[in-house]
Amino acid sequence: MQVPAPFEYERATSVDHAIGLLDRLGESARLVAGGHSLLPMMKLRLTDLEYLIDINELHGELGYVRVEEEQVRIGAMTRHRELLESEELHAVFPVFREAERVIADPVVRNRGTLGGSLCQADPSEDLSAVCGALGAVCVIRGPEGERLVTMDEFHRGPYETAVGHGEMLVEVRFPLRAGGFSTFEKVERRAGDWAVASVAAAVWLDGDTITDAGVGLAAVGPHTVRVDGITEALRGQRPSEELYTRAGEIAARSCDPATDTRGSAEYKRHLAKELTRRTLRRAVARTGKV
Amino acid sequence: MRVTMTVNGEEVSREIESRLLLVHFVRDHLGLTGTHWGCDTSNCGTCVVWMDGEPVKSCTVLAAMAGGKEVRTVEGLATDGELDPVQQGFMECHGLQCGFCTPGMMMTARALLDRNPDPTEDEVREAISGQICRCTGYATIVRSVRWAAEHEAAANGTAGNGTAGCPAHPEGGAAADGAKEEVR
Ligand SMILES: Cc1cc2nc3c(=O)[nH]c(=O)nc-3n(C[C@H](O)[C@H](O)[C@H](O)COP(=O)(O)OP(=O)(O)OC[C@H]3O[C@@H](n4cnc5c(N)ncnc54)[C@H](O)[C@@H]3O)c2cc1C
Ligand code: FES
Ligand code: FES
Repeated sequence: MQVPAPFEYERATSVDHAIGLLDRLGESARLVAGGHSLLPMMKLRLTDLEYLIDINELHGELGYVRVEEEQVRIGAMTRHRELLESEELHAVFPVFREAERVIADPVVRNRGTLGGSLCQADPSEDLSAVCGALGAVCVIRGPEGERLVTMDEFHRGPYETAVGHGEMLVEVRFPLRAGGFSTFEKVERRAGDWAVASVAAAVWLDGDTITDAGVGLAAVGPHTVRVDGITEALRGQRPSEELYTRAGEIAARSCDPATDTRGSAEYKRHLAKELTRRTLRRAVARTGKV
Repeated sequence: MRVTMTVNGEEVSREIESRLLLVHFVRDHLGLTGTHWGCDTSNCGTCVVWMDGEPVKSCTVLAAMAGGKEVRTVEGLATDGELDPVQQGFMECHGLQCGFCTPGMMMTARALLDRNPDPTEDEVREAISGQICRCTGYATIVRSVRWAAEHEAAANGTAGNGTAGCPAHPEGGAAADGAKEEVR
């Protein structure tokens, strides 16, 4: 039987309350959102904490998808199922639904949250790749107020983020620009499993010229939330098979996968390349023009 | 700490350790052993119960997190001694072999039918994709859920999208009742 080590349980009733508790209880306090990453770690005694602050009551305050004129704002407590089912979100960023369909399984998706996923910063976590590709900005709130960080700065490496002591992630923002198209592809061993490799891609086009692009990878190493160099390689170019291949090669070079039960490093690198080509090709095909 | 919640319509209150998992609270503290406990890693789905109307894997939820919430377990499926159509469907269509995965499967199936009264086979498969039947009886589980959908549709006077009755018992209602008697 797997049981967490003892801790004190607190329930936050508002964002300010949660931040106050984090601030007062110090380094040994942790937030729990859906708990679907943290509780398994606690059961395996991979994490050590004295106070657990339950933020599920904050779903009313932080569970939302708001599509505005120039940006999309998603609250940190928005659950996977809500992201999957949001028609508004699907209309602007289809990549979310494509990713959510293959993240865990429907019952796990009832609990897991966007904030928990990003803050867990598991290298295999799919939504970080989605947020990276879309050029998301994370809103972190602490006792001194809010600060904004890009996904690059947010995701510091395996299980490490820019969220500091006494702070929490409250919202993720996505710039909304015309001519954007996004897709997601994942290779997994069986339904509901973590990825062997997954790729999120977004492109913005003006006529038949790529004005911006982002590609994020998951499960293939620590620094792939937004692959460096792909944006530069694609900007100003016309979409072509050759271009997708070049981007795929950059992705394969940038990742650092490990050989494990899900596959060899070589195979995962191959997937990074191939899935990058496919997602870019599909994203561009969505325009219906090129 | 003290935790109070509503389980199958009744308020319960117990002194617990904050690290207690909901699955153990339900089984060991309340004696509701219909909820099974298998993998302990949120993979098998045998521990599925509802929390505020939604299926959750109770091996990955703290009992403390369920405080103040409505929990429903497989014991809460039947009403006034009448089996839920989902339970009936599992009987009619041999939806269980050893029965280990059954409570979790039924809780997920009930939630699915509440949201989507007429799911296709693929939708049923998708809904239970986070649940493992170690007897690998998936085909009959899907049929059982479809049976429940058909029978609910018939009872409510709305038409379903498949054939009435279980393919394993094409004779349907009355004869299937007879067969049930024999099985007992
Ligand atoms: C069986 C299974 C399969 C899965 N498969 C996949 C998969 O294929 N792909 C995938 O991407 N994920 C997968 N997951 C992970 C799932 O998506 C998790 O629910 C998610 O990663 C974490 O979300 P959570 O809300 O449960 O976070 P929690 O477990 O509650 O928290 C995770 C971490 O984030 C911190 N935290 C939470 N919210 C905040 C906040 N607002 N501010 C600051 N810190 C915060 C917590 O302190 C903790 O350190 C799987 C999980 C399971 C159990
Ligand atoms: S025991 Fe909870 S999912 Fe297996
Ligand atoms: S009936 Fe045996 S585990 Fe499903």
